Amino acid sequence: MRDAPHFLLGQTLRQPRDVSPTMTVLDYLRTVESLHGTKEGCAEGDCGACSVVLGEVDGDRIRYRTVNACILFVPALDGKQLLTVEHVSAPDGQPHPVQQAMVDCHGSQCGFCTPGFVMSLFALHHGDAEVDRTAVTDALAGNLCRCTGYRPIVDAALAAGRAEADQGSVAALAGLDTGATLSIHHGTQSYIAPRSVAELAEVLEQNPDATLLAGGTDVGIWVTKQHRALSAIIALDRVAELQTIATSGDTLQIGAGALYEDVLPVLQRYFPDFGVLLHRLGSRQIRNRGTIGGNIGNASPIGDTAPVLIALGATLLLRRGAVQRSIPVEDFFVGYRKTALEPGEFIERIDIPLPKSGQEFRCYKVAKRFDQDISAVCGAFSLHIENGILTAIRIGFGGMAATPSRARAVEQALLDQPWTEATVRAGMAAMDNAFTPISDQRASAAYRSRVARNLLFKAWLETSGAPARTRLAVAP
Amino acid sequence: MSTIPHDSAARHVNGRALYIDDMPEPPGLLHAFIHLSPHAHARIIRLDLTAVLSSPGVAAAMRAADIPGVNDVGPAFPGDPIFATDRVEYAGQSVFAVAATSIALAREAAAKAIIEYEILPPILTVDEALAAGTMVLPTQTMLAGDPDAALAAAPHRLQGRIDVGGQEHFYLEGQVAMAIPGEGGDMLVHSSTQHPTEVQHLVARALKLPDHAVICETRRMGGGFGGKESQASLPAAVAALLAWKTSRPVKLRLDRDDDMVLTGKRHDFRIDYDVGFDAEGRILGIDFMQAGRCGFSPDLSGAICDRAMFHADNCYFLPDVRIVSYRCKTNTVSNTAFRGFGGPQGMMGIECVVEDIARHLQLDPLAVRQRNFYGTDTRNTTPYAMTVEDNIAPELTAALATRADYAERRAAVAAFNAASPWLKRGLALVPLKFGISFTLTHMNQAGALVHVYTDGSVMLNHGGTEMGQGLYTKVAQVVAREFGIAQDRVKITATTTAKVPNSSPTAASSGSDLNGKAAQAAAVTIRERMAGVAAAAFGVSAEAIVFVDGQVSGGGQSLPFAEVAKMSHRARVSLSSTGYYATPKIHYDAATKKGRPFYYFAYGAALAEVEVDTLTGEYRLLRTDILHDCGESLNPALDIGQIEGGFVQGMGWLTTEELVWDAAGHLRTHAPSTYKIPACSDIPAAFNVEIYAAGRATEDTIYRSKAVGEPPLMLGMAVFFALKDAVGTQGVVTRFDAPATPERVLDAIR
Repeated sequence: MRDAPHFLLGQTLRQPRDVSPTMTVLDYLRTVESLHGTKEGCAEGDCGACSVVLGEVDGDRIRYRTVNACILFVPALDGKQLLTVEHVSAPDGQPHPVQQAMVDCHGSQCGFCTPGFVMSLFALHHGDAEVDRTAVTDALAGNLCRCTGYRPIVDAALAAGRAEADQGSVAALAGLDTGATLSIHHGTQSYIAPRSVAELAEVLEQNPDATLLAGGTDVGIWVTKQHRALSAIIALDRVAELQTIATSGDTLQIGAGALYEDVLPVLQRYFPDFGVLLHRLGSRQIRNRGTIGGNIGNASPIGDTAPVLIALGATLLLRRGAVQRSIPVEDFFVGYRKTALEPGEFIERIDIPLPKSGQEFRCYKVAKRFDQDISAVCGAFSLHIENGILTAIRIGFGGMAATPSRARAVEQALLDQPWTEATVRAGMAAMDNAFTPISDQRASAAYRSRVARNLLFKAWLETSGAPARTRLAVAP
Repeated sequence: MSTIPHDSAARHVNGRALYIDDMPEPPGLLHAFIHLSPHAHARIIRLDLTAVLSSPGVAAAMRAADIPGVNDVGPAFPGDPIFATDRVEYAGQSVFAVAATSIALAREAAAKAIIEYEILPPILTVDEALAAGTMVLPTQTMLAGDPDAALAAAPHRLQGRIDVGGQEHFYLEGQVAMAIPGEGGDMLVHSSTQHPTEVQHLVARALKLPDHAVICETRRMGGGFGGKESQASLPAAVAALLAWKTSRPVKLRLDRDDDMVLTGKRHDFRIDYDVGFDAEGRILGIDFMQAGRCGFSPDLSGAICDRAMFHADNCYFLPDVRIVSYRCKTNTVSNTAFRGFGGPQGMMGIECVVEDIARHLQLDPLAVRQRNFYGTDTRNTTPYAMTVEDNIAPELTAALATRADYAERRAAVAAFNAASPWLKRGLALVPLKFGISFTLTHMNQAGALVHVYTDGSVMLNHGGTEMGQGLYTKVAQVVAREFGIAQDRVKITATTTAKVPNSSPTAASSGSDLNGKAAQAAAVTIRERMAGVAAAAFGVSAEAIVFVDGQVSGGGQSLPFAEVAKMSHRARVSLSSTGYYATPKIHYDAATKKGRPFYYFAYGAALAEVEVDTLTGEYRLLRTDILHDCGESLNPALDIGQIEGGFVQGMGWLTTEELVWDAAGHLRTHAPSTYKIPACSDIPAAFNVEIYAAGRATEDTIYRSKAVGEPPLMLGMAVFFALKDAVGTQGVVTRFDAPATPERVLDAIR
């Protein structure tokens, strides 16, 4: 057992005690460490002004990930290196190449968002990907700038290019993790980060009312925006078994704690459209913390992975103690933000049937803004056509009801019919009976309904040899 | 003048540029929290703060009755109470504030207040206010010629309407102030404000102190965009009141959601038009109705709605014209200054008109625009009787059309659309003309203070504020040039009311025009004194002395600048001077609505090409080409930054940035999760921006440069009209409102 997180702040070991387990890393930096370079712009993980980099050992090197410090709790730093804008210059004050490029390209105006951009650029600069325009906009999707219009920042990223990071702290970082479970008691609050599924199952059975904390991209906001006091937290991010991604037979098995960013390339390989959607889910910072398990467990009606998983016929492996059970994703949501989880039960794994020969899959995220926006409507379609007849179809929608939903009535209208425009028009008519969406700040009910119908039409176009382009360029 | 980096660039990138929340906290600092009204319109029946005061960590609470001075921070007119008195007039209005040892404790305490409201029916929209006749200020009419007769006689006539949404500033640094009490009742206020003088004066008035007892200091803002012109006053006043009450320093930093709910935004406008035109699309007569949603108080709405009227013409000659301007009162947050200050809304009206004329006559919109441009010697009088003397819109527009291949691309878009049933492209080239000067003439003045020390280093101070636009850098460039010394010899210091008094806000794009000239005057005064000293030493006349490359030279002799500074001091010659500037030529009669409110006009044009998904209404901006007039740029890199940033901000205003209020008057889009400003991937790879090389300031501006703060915002109109082009049908005029969210775009596709 370890009663305080151990992490490197820059190169220096920190083991903060007397810190609430729900103190955010941003507050920790600004108040405890008096490091004021990292800014608060929104306190909800949407603007990126608070972006910091977490280093973690990956083989014999350090892998850097940007995260939003404003919604990350301090205990999540356990075993990691935390780098802020104060740590990227050389010890003699010589600017880091991305800092110099930002100056040279006039990438800052008011400067308030700049430290966050610098950290995103730092991670990009020391990452594995080739630094081209697409990689840059992807890396910066979670950093808002209101002054520059981004062009000089993109130029700075391209000018700085890519380079290996100094690996001097690998050994120190590797030595931080002894495999011990972090268990914090602070006043009336407790925080425990189990290290195995068995330990997690046991701890949760003992504390069935505890808040399960995966990436914290939503739970963090409960604290920073809703000012909720969380008394007991069980963190999932140190359970290595929950992060495995594997195939078994004709099933893709994704640990509930696997990060979006890690799952993305795998899902993209099997279901290219799912990859496109995940690229637009949150931002790099969010995907570096968020998990599919969290997205499902959270049961938001506008979470983007649920409709896709419903269409793909995915099932969830749930576990309580030593008892496991499987449940189709569409049956998991029993009401607005209500799930089929029993007290003490958790999501262990998501099982997705691998694509079958002849299976067509399309999914669409429709939002006001291309990147880092919550969907007005998310629609997913998995279908099989044999000799012009639709022999199988599953349709999942988000944003159309109080839960992510399967559009069974629409499926019924389409199934075993010739895959023609007439059939699809009948399916579109059935859509209106299937859903009664709401109007809110993201879209009106009428828009949602029309888009839902049109997405079916678009899926048909794209699976019936449409003669013309149906998709906007992703990166114009 | 040349490009140098922003003075703070190196500190921006290493995190060592200090914003107010980053400053070392004085001992005993308290944190303030403002309780916001949950109702759009209600009478306060009971306000009991007993439980608030006994809550842990609380040092004090303040409500209206506790204010020693005036409970109002209205910048131009009264009506903006610091704390609500007997009624609340919008959801989010400040009701009371509490100071505690931490922000969490202050927030906890505030929740313990017992408040009873009697809820009253709210008026929320422009249409409701027009119907009810509720106005914050009297309705104004600008008239030139006989529009009724011109309309009646016109061979073609169209009526239409466009609603243009508001806009949240979304400065990345929210409103923040720290008040530190001094001896004898003095108060030092660090405020993130574009208008330190106004904060000083309003804080003094609230504390019932003379202005000289209050100092307001502003080193930098993390963005302003007009949102910190008048809106910084309330947080500063609350911090100062609590500091006064507790005799302890108090910091008030608004949480993002509170900031977005409490503080004003760009006015949304309804614009109706009735236009008569000939077969070529030339406007013969026009009648505009402009109705701006001002919110619950006047704030700056008078001047903002005026500027909408001043820009109802954009670049076009309107021979017979009436503009009626309603300043609607609603139970929503009081709308305020935002880059363009009503000008963009006015221009959206006329741009909608020329697009509709083109659509109706099945003409190319660019041709209609060009036919309506102001002339040089004729057709050159604005509706407010100012002669347009510096019109370069025709040549600049033609230059952009040529360099961006407008005609070829118009044909290419038509060809693309003919072959693409599901994706449609659109194109628009939109010019702009923006009047430079505060329309309230007396605000067009500025002061500066320059010191030369005996080592030759220079300290510069002026009344302008730095919000990222690079004003400090530009003014320091002016001073370095006047002294002929290296840039790093000029120290830029925080704006403070203790050094330069009675300053105007950094607004109306006037920052470098006014402060550059004032600082130049101060530097020239000192330089002439030093020249006298050098002339005596060299035995030449003062006119023969030049200041170049850090040297003071004349008659074949030369001394370092620092040496002449030392000599001047020994000769008992003052090395310190103020400088002052007042813009010449301008005048305006608000009663007749005639005069010359603007010293000059700034011009620009943008071409945007978009692609729309007709099944979802989603779209992408494929390419943008911009040509913008900066006169002789003071600093091309900084000016390009303003142009690009303004364009993207304007695009956001007209596309994805949608403010949504619910039926009870609650703002539903109060954080970046729901309010979507442009992100990095929204800009096109083909983003071609150039300063118009032929641009010239015809007036005697600082080194013949032109203001560039606000005008580029209106370049964003090109994206909106490209979208309208993509979803439109020739011959069919349909209403298309802003912002053009995917939903609005899809609605336009039937």
